Amino acid sequence: MSKRTIGFVGGLVWVWLALTSIAHAGEQKSIIVQSTTSTQNSGLFDFILPRFKKHSGITVNVVAVGTGQALKNGRNGDGDVLLVHAKSDEKKFVSDGYGVKRFDVMYNDFMIVGPREDPADLAGEKNIIAALRKISAAKAVFTSRGDDSGTNKKERQLWKQAGIDVANSSGSWYRETGSGMGATLNIAAGMNAYTLTDRATWIVFNNKGNLKIMSEGDKRLFNQYGVLLINPERHKHVKLLQGQTFIRWLTGAKGQAAIASYKQKGKQLFFPNAPSMTH
Amino acid sequence: MGDFAQAFQIAFNLLWSMDLELYSIVYLSLKVSISAVLISCAIGFVIGAALTVFRFPGRRFLLILFNALMGLPPVVVGLMVYMVLSRAGPLGVLGLLYTPTAMIVAQTVLITPLVAALSAQVLQELHLEYDEFFRSLQLSAREKLMALLWEGRFGLVTVGLAGFGRAISEVGAVMIVGGNINHMTRIMTTAIALETSKGTLALALALGIILIVISLLVNTSVALIRAKAREAIYA
Repeated sequence: MSKRTIGFVGGLVWVWLALTSIAHAGEQKSIIVQSTTSTQNSGLFDFILPRFKKHSGITVNVVAVGTGQALKNGRNGDGDVLLVHAKSDEKKFVSDGYGVKRFDVMYNDFMIVGPREDPADLAGEKNIIAALRKISAAKAVFTSRGDDSGTNKKERQLWKQAGIDVANSSGSWYRETGSGMGATLNIAAGMNAYTLTDRATWIVFNNKGNLKIMSEGDKRLFNQYGVLLINPERHKHVKLLQGQTFIRWLTGAKGQAAIASYKQKGKQLFFPNAPSMTH
Repeated sequence: MGDFAQAFQIAFNLLWSMDLELYSIVYLSLKVSISAVLISCAIGFVIGAALTVFRFPGRRFLLILFNALMGLPPVVVGLMVYMVLSRAGPLGVLGLLYTPTAMIVAQTVLITPLVAALSAQVLQELHLEYDEFFRSLQLSAREKLMALLWEGRFGLVTVGLAGFGRAISEVGAVMIVGGNINHMTRIMTTAIALETSKGTLALALALGIILIVISLLVNTSVALIRAKAREAIYA
């Protein structure tokens, strides 16, 4: 009895392990792209990646984190390609030898959203610096990503340009969520707060609650996305050919057309702007 | 309130329509967590039995240590496993980061202390009961260990279920080491986190309801099997 039971349990374990290892057997061509929450949450990848796969047979596995974390993961060699939005950091990444060459891919813009009641009297303020000064003067609640993402980097840079030291107000009206864009919008909706968001995440976000667009259109709110290959000389396992195929497609005519044709709720979310011939 | 009603509706529709995407996510969740539980039990039961049978210096400290590690924060486990499996880490050459295997490793690290501590608890009580009997049979320590594990099997199943509960419900560790990659490392909890961040709260809650149902099914089937087994022995 006992030996049979042990044999039975052992058999079950064996079958389980065999079943689960089958799933790994079918290795195929694939790369890992470290990217941002805004590109994932907007649904862009779900739209363009099947097109790329059809073209090349390569599966693209996207890890969506903040740009800061994506750059850090890329530095560790955990991935093949970066698609992020913090141009100066990306350039530094390349000049430090972690990446090969950076290309512009697409852009959209940031904007400030806030509660309908608009306690800082922001509505229609086109000048982003003036808008931030109003928020600070009114001590209106503002939620910051606080996660070193591309959006967070842009936001800190704008506060600096406005001459406001938000660190002093951290925990009072300036609140750092330490989370992704969607999570921060959820919190802003819950606290009736202002926040800086990229347009793509905002358009597709489904829990807007009382929030609406308050300030948009300033040139300084430009949001550029770039793509680069992680340096195979530094990390031998980086899939050079497959990674390059993806970058060429993305910055080439087909990829750029795919990006331009992606719409949500009737609106185009990303505007392609790769240099016309990249190689 | 509307969201709640909508969530149940979506959950029902998803299950009813046999949504392939959903089923593959459920399958991966179960695969990762059950694999982690099997490995953790193989390690944790032996540790628990060894801590019961053997007397050695530091035994008491180990018991306290495993009890304390039951509360390991998943996100810390995720971070540690990430740093080990990262290409820049000591096991980077294996290329395991962002694979289901990495998720199994993380969950195994997370629940092994829990399995060890709880099985030590179960087996110690049993040991008190059987001590004289074992002595009369003059069993060796190794034989005692095997006998304890066998006699305690029903209690140990509950320990395994506790481990399963912790594994299937955690999100912090698998998010970091799995990366929540669509069709590859996305499981129930990371899918819920993603839908929440998109603001599609009803769908997120629907996935949560489905996760609870799965957990119920697993626990029910184990309870049934255990009852049948008991019946076979004691009837």
